[in-house]
Amino acid sequence: MPMTITEKILALHAHREGVSPGELIEVDVDMALANDITAPLAIDVFEAIGTHAVYDPEKIALIPDHFVPNKDINSAQQAKVMREFAARHGILHYYEIGQCGIEHVTLPEKGLVIPGDLVIGADSHTCTYGALGAFSTGVGSTDLGVIMATGKTWLKVPPTIKLHYEGRLSPWVRGKDLILHTLGMLGVDGATYRALEFSGTVIKGLSMDQRFTMANMAVEAGAKNGIIEPDGITLGFVADRSSRAPSLVAGDPGADYERVIRIEVDTIEPQVALPYSPANVRPLSQIGSIELDQVFIGSCTNGRLEDLRDAAAVLKGHTVKKGVRLIVIPGSELVYQEALQEGLIGVLLGAGAVIGPPSCGPCLGGHLGVLAEGERALSTTNRNFIGRMGHPTSEVYLASPVVAASSAIRGRIAGPEEL
Amino acid sequence: MRFQGTVWKFGDDTDTDCIIPARFLTVYDELELARHCFTDVRPGFQDMITQGDIIVAGRNFGFGSSREHAPLAIKGVGISLIVAESFARIFYRNAFNIGLPLVESPEASRALAEGTKVSVDLLAGEIEVFDTGERFSCKPLPDLMRHIIEAGGLVEYVKTKRGHEHVP
Repeated sequence: MPMTITEKILALHAHREGVSPGELIEVDVDMALANDITAPLAIDVFEAIGTHAVYDPEKIALIPDHFVPNKDINSAQQAKVMREFAARHGILHYYEIGQCGIEHVTLPEKGLVIPGDLVIGADSHTCTYGALGAFSTGVGSTDLGVIMATGKTWLKVPPTIKLHYEGRLSPWVRGKDLILHTLGMLGVDGATYRALEFSGTVIKGLSMDQRFTMANMAVEAGAKNGIIEPDGITLGFVADRSSRAPSLVAGDPGADYERVIRIEVDTIEPQVALPYSPANVRPLSQIGSIELDQVFIGSCTNGRLEDLRDAAAVLKGHTVKKGVRLIVIPGSELVYQEALQEGLIGVLLGAGAVIGPPSCGPCLGGHLGVLAEGERALSTTNRNFIGRMGHPTSEVYLASPVVAASSAIRGRIAGPEEL
Repeated sequence: MRFQGTVWKFGDDTDTDCIIPARFLTVYDELELARHCFTDVRPGFQDMITQGDIIVAGRNFGFGSSREHAPLAIKGVGISLIVAESFARIFYRNAFNIGLPLVESPEASRALAEGTKVSVDLLAGEIEVFDTGERFSCKPLPDLMRHIIEAGGLVEYVKTKRGHEHVP
């Protein structure tokens, strides 16, 4: 029976000829991931199971990113639990700050995920690696603890919704705008238990950085995974970073999709998600005048080199509006170094931005830019729930780095055409 | 697997932040988390619950982050089962993994009012109202989910399974 790319990767990892949506299968895990928040509980579970060794110290990645550099004693304790576990078990892909960054930026750039892999992470944005043509999904800490012991997990095979993007993108419209537009169509549970497959000539023309942004937010529609079939752009990215041979899985002709949604992109303008849902999306032209206290550019959604290039291109020759705080956090140490070499950091500093150390930072209201009562922020991140970035009465608007940089200059939500 | 208790009703899109706000995630002991369960939307929830009570909710219960603290808090207050029209995916896994069963029943989700006493037979896939005898069907538990709940959670399930594998 013909299968989608998601079904084929699952079948390969379940050692089966074929799988169908709805089946429960047990799969081998190529990479298991946790961070400083989710790892300590997973480590407790691992120890409760009573195995003495992890299933494979080369197939586990433990990345301190949420509350680092540690913001308080509790977060330092959690990071210490993970660090000591990594040392005890010889975890190859444990990195200290200064050698990594946000987990979902770090794993691809270190070549730890390649097309055809199956990745499970104790973080809901693990779906990011679908941009590489891998199957990847988020779980809780207990699932991850068991995977660290056994190397296996159970999954229900998801039906696939195919999103087909055709047409020509307007200037300044990015992957972030496409995924926000799509979330506006699907809603926050429009793809629950489903695979979202991004396809069409528009996707083929997107850079890896923009593909990561799109796959990253698949979970905001409730999806199990978001995936893009690998092509020349994927292979070029992976060849520079990994010595493993990628498994170029593609969907079969005639594979069964639950739905196929065609999206004409010609008329799509920059998009903004209003409080308090990432699916509460409007085109920029319909936003009206929304004044801002803070703008944040960064996160696993939009903290990559191309995002900083966009921000610097918009900010060059301008300054941040008086009374507005612009916080820029490169997604990883490598992104930071490349941005420095290209002169982007100089442009951002010159415009009045503060540059933070690679971290999830203010995205989840942890540190490095928490909002006060009644404050309003525009952010390139992925969630804008009540109190997500600070006080329960603060508001978060989601958009691309292009819109974020333009808004920082104007002090209100704005696009580059207004500058 | 039978469950009996009073219904506590919640609407659509009950998110993990409203189940247990992020400011309480510095611990993961279920009894400690229980003290703050639904604290912003139903203050004192823990004190209202009799051990074994049942949550009945609408669509997409548990959506949002992957925090396992959410089902741990609900289990900690003494809730024995959640019936909903649908569940968010990661919450679904996390709840079974820590030994808290979930079952989907759109009709019971719509019909049951707060305070109703019900009996739920998960193997038969049936929900019965004590007073009136009215019945609703619910989706039978997949075998794997049933085995995990019978074992008391994924950790115990894996330990038992491993034990069996070593028996010649």
